[in-house]
Amino acid sequence: MLETAFFNLFAGLSILSGMGVVLSRNTMHSVMFLILCFFNAAGLFFLLDAEFLGVILILIYVGAVMVLFMFVIMMLEVNVAKVREGFLQYLPLGGMIAVILLVEFVAAAGSGVFADGAMAQAAHLGQEVNNTRQIGQILYTKYLLGFEIAAIILLVALIGSIVLTLRGRKDAKYQNMSAQVKVRREDRVRKVSM
Amino acid sequence: MVGLSQYLIVSAALFSLGVIGLFLNRKNVISILMCIELMLLAVNINFVAFSHHLGDLGGQIFVFFVLTIAACEVAVGLAILVSFYRLRRSIEIEDINSLQG
Repeated sequence: MLETAFFNLFAGLSILSGMGVVLSRNTMHSVMFLILCFFNAAGLFFLLDAEFLGVILILIYVGAVMVLFMFVIMMLEVNVAKVREGFLQYLPLGGMIAVILLVEFVAAAGSGVFADGAMAQAAHLGQEVNNTRQIGQILYTKYLLGFEIAAIILLVALIGSIVLTLRGRKDAKYQNMSAQVKVRREDRVRKVSM
Repeated sequence: MVGLSQYLIVSAALFSLGVIGLFLNRKNVISILMCIELMLLAVNINFVAFSHHLGDLGGQIFVFFVLTIAACEVAVGLAILVSFYRLRRSIEIEDINSLQG
């Protein structure tokens, strides 16, 4: 009963805030709605016994990615009036495609194929179940290769975003380390016979 | 009692909202990135719901990977956006036509 109530709360709020992301005029408001949406999705994850992923969603998405979005929006000067141009122009096409998608998904989800094995009631809550430990146990054994590839992709993205935004100043004077290291005594000192 | 299909319907609604936002916000690259985030979130809800339904933790591991890749994509996308803004003083889609694509 309580689970159903919380599910309705989280699901309704996440869909409403998703609509806010799409429809709000100000980009900053969109980011705020997206944060609300992520919080509610984390609530849904908690209901599905995926505590680790819920916490990760809040920490990484709300704590890092959304803050990055906010920084970029504050740094760039976006013309709000111009942003809304063509909003209604694409509404028929976009609305049609989205409605078709939604009808198909809902038809697939409600077709009864997934209805038989209803969610396990929270019977395991008394047991010693630790979602984080379970994920760690299979992440570092069965999915180790994927984990390491993900780490390398993160490294590549880190270096790539630094390289993309790095802007060396032309007027500043830098040390040339390589030239400093390579210098020999003969380049600097001259023997003069008196 | 909340079944699997309710979670799937929520995720379908979120994914469709992401798609419609992709069509409506044709001007602003940041909005498009946010709509992609919304769609990835919907996919993640699907993964976790099926993981719980089937009692298999593999779905949650894949959500972990999807989160990693989404974070990378956002970082690189916003970096491209910032360097483009320095070049053109604008982030509208119509100005991003240097490659004539």
